[in-house]
Amino acid sequence: MKPRRRANLEPYLLLLPSLAYLAVFFAWPMVQAFGLAFRADDGRWTAEFFQRMIGDAAFWPALRTTLILVVTIIPLQFILALIMALLATAGLRGAGALIYFYALPIAVSDLAAGIVWFSIFTERGYLNTILQGLGLLERPFIFLQYGATWSLIAVILAEVWRATSIVFVILVAGLQGIPKEYHEAAEVFGAGWFARLRRITLPLLRPSIQVALILRTILAFQVFAVVVALTGDGVKVLASEAYQWYSQWRNLNVAAAYAALILAISLLSTVIYLRALRTRTEALTV
Amino acid sequence: MAEIRIENVRKEFGKVVAVKDVSLVIPDREFIVLLGPSGCGKTTLLRCIAGLEQVDGGRVYFGDRDVTDLPVRQRRISMVFQSYAVFPHMTVFENIAFGLRMQHKPDVEVKRRVQAAAELLHIEELLARYPAQLSGGQRQRVAVARAIAYDADVLLMDEPLSNLDALLRLEMRAELKRLIEELQTTVVYVTHDQVEALSLGDRIAVMKQGEILQVDSPLTVYDRPAAHFVGSFIGNPPMNFLPARVIDGGAGLTVGEARLMLVGEMADAARRVGSQEVWLGIRAENIEPLTGPGPTTLPGRILVVEPLGSHTLLTVRTAEAMIKVNARADAPFRADQPVWLKLSADKVRLLDKTTGRAL
Amino acid sequence: MTARPAPPLSRRLSRVLVYLAAILVALYILAPIYLIAVMAFSPRAVVYGYPKPLLPTQISLETISFFINSYGILDSVKNSVLVAVFTLVISLAIGAPAGYALARYIFPGGDIYRILILSTRAFPVVILSIPLITTYISWGLDDSALGVALLHTAMALPTTILVTSSIFVGVSKDLEEAAMTMGCTRAGAFRRVALPLALPGLAASAIFTFMLSWNEVFAAAILTLQNQTLPARLIVQLNQSPIPFRFAGGFFILVPAIVFMLFARRYLFSLWGVKLR
Repeated sequence: MKPRRRANLEPYLLLLPSLAYLAVFFAWPMVQAFGLAFRADDGRWTAEFFQRMIGDAAFWPALRTTLILVVTIIPLQFILALIMALLATAGLRGAGALIYFYALPIAVSDLAAGIVWFSIFTERGYLNTILQGLGLLERPFIFLQYGATWSLIAVILAEVWRATSIVFVILVAGLQGIPKEYHEAAEVFGAGWFARLRRITLPLLRPSIQVALILRTILAFQVFAVVVALTGDGVKVLASEAYQWYSQWRNLNVAAAYAALILAISLLSTVIYLRALRTRTEALTV
Repeated sequence: MAEIRIENVRKEFGKVVAVKDVSLVIPDREFIVLLGPSGCGKTTLLRCIAGLEQVDGGRVYFGDRDVTDLPVRQRRISMVFQSYAVFPHMTVFENIAFGLRMQHKPDVEVKRRVQAAAELLHIEELLARYPAQLSGGQRQRVAVARAIAYDADVLLMDEPLSNLDALLRLEMRAELKRLIEELQTTVVYVTHDQVEALSLGDRIAVMKQGEILQVDSPLTVYDRPAAHFVGSFIGNPPMNFLPARVIDGGAGLTVGEARLMLVGEMADAARRVGSQEVWLGIRAENIEPLTGPGPTTLPGRILVVEPLGSHTLLTVRTAEAMIKVNARADAPFRADQPVWLKLSADKVRLLDKTTGRAL
Repeated sequence: MTARPAPPLSRRLSRVLVYLAAILVALYILAPIYLIAVMAFSPRAVVYGYPKPLLPTQISLETISFFINSYGILDSVKNSVLVAVFTLVISLAIGAPAGYALARYIFPGGDIYRILILSTRAFPVVILSIPLITTYISWGLDDSALGVALLHTAMALPTTILVTSSIFVGVSKDLEEAAMTMGCTRAGAFRRVALPLALPGLAASAIFTFMLSWNEVFAAAILTLQNQTLPARLIVQLNQSPIPFRFAGGFFILVPAIVFMLFARRYLFSLWGVKLR
């Protein structure tokens, strides 16, 4: 009798198109980005485009601003999202509507968010209307002045407004996955509300937090349309510089150098997150 | 309607061998139960028969058809799933009709046979409903109706009663038995519930770790377990096992201080093996508890007395082991009282000390 | 009969505070949307004016019709829809089979594939548009809706795969097996049982993909010159455009988002609750 051992090919056939697609439209362009950034037209390796990028007057402000935005927006978002998630799962009346409202900005584009907040922060906008109406200002204040701190604050507020929902939804999904018994047990053993949050909820929420953190940080490094819509070119970030170098000066190589830089710091941040959170999860499983 | 012949069927999942070269012949119209603890391979064996798993070795025949390489749909089986697998997006009617529709039966016939199956399971009035509107018990009936409405050579059932609550399970068990007697079809039924197996099956195949230990009628499996495991898995309480010693070349048996005479086939078995250490197996109802010593009694002390209504269950500690004993319901036993156990010589089973197999 | 004792004052007070906080956060999220809607439905004079009205005093379609009738806007809306439809069709056609495979089969390499898909999230996808410019020129895909859609698909595909996989996990394997015991082929069981049951989830996933494409700015702006999508056109023109154009434009991109959330609400958590592993 023949030994029958047929490897099942079905799953591989089903996966193949996606792998091929991602190879062509994901992996290959990544490699190409580095090629564009580090190779001259005649094919030799060069740091010329990178030097041009760094030498540009807008480079350091753009890098600085991008980093400032990441380190301010991400923590603010996590605090706000956690508050929102706890409110949404606190068993309030109308929690269904609350979740809907809180999640609404998920579908709002960064461009729309920029325009919406522009209507608030522009000189003849809502914020000045309200502040003057309350008598706090004598005449309209120019928040979105070129390079002003207020421009940055406007960008932060708009980004927190737009992109906190995604963190919120991930955290709520995580909260719903935590069995109620854990909280009840903790309460039985005398843990107060804050102790339960710190000792039960947050540790059990760690996988969700990790996902949201990585997802949001990568996106924050690409911040673009909010900044442009709110400030024109008053605030420079890495992505807007990449866009400028291509659309204004038609220099694909320097644009690619920016892309490669964004890619590099994104991957670096992911590695840091995974390192930092892994040691703790291992401690948790013991 | 067909005989099922399984020859050396083997199924592996990675390094785990779920079914180890199992062979089994299930005659036409037999109701066989695959019984064993979870993870023993009984469901995998059933799925190999169904064709839902590809076997890694061996053959499966339905009558003279070799179905080993046939896809599920060409095997002419029907199946009741543990989760029922009633399609939530179809009405009860369309669920029961599904197999018939696949065979492109004319509408009139579909209607007639769905109606007939529904009547058999008393769910005629549910035909227009969707599964979400049904209780668990009703869904279970739909799953069974769907399986019998469809022309199949064999009917496979994977723990069909395990998701029902206790009372409903009892009711459905009796109903299934009546139904299947009427159907006259070959049935393979998987369960981990030994009571279900004893009450339903023409024969029971007891499985452990991918192997069949014994295939026999329910009473044989109960009375004459082929292995230590079978005796301890089937029956409530499980069979008692005591270390014993065959003496005088098989003429007698000692359990501690007590001496027993063997009769019938066990005497023959003892003579065959000669003097050696063995396991003595005996059911609780075959031990008589006495208040004083007799010629062949085993002394012990009562640890627990559990009145169960029809009888009283005693847990007795002897020098050799803990022994479960059935006493009459009105017997005046109390805990911590000395007792003498009289074993019925004709109900004693002897098993090999090392392999656990019956002698 | 005695009335149930009221909870202590401190409990009631903290309850009030919780409600207050919930409402405040809701206001932070809803107020800006409300304000831009007020602007979009005010006449142009009001939009230019100062101070701005907090209530819609004069409702008018003047601002919105000014925006819609601006040169190239309708074309760019058409392009946006085209790109988004391409994106959702391609990513479902490629992603759903992969999701199904992950949900149904246990096979060597499955875990590696899953990790591979998850790890794409660590890459800033938007920047892919820059190297793709040259590729597209050589393929004749530059400045085309299909070109943008292909990149949007690369952005949406990993999520589509993970989401469809969790949708198919939610459709019990037993159901397909039951269909197969009753005469269905593997493909027939999928079509008659798994697909209809997965359809609502797949639709939600498709709407989500549509929104992702509809909203995307950077890649669309880089990859197109004439055949711009709506966001690409807006970002290019924005800083030279009059205020009513901007506000109406912002509102116009926003509306499908709000409609989408209404439809996809039930699926929000299954769409985004996808965890690592």
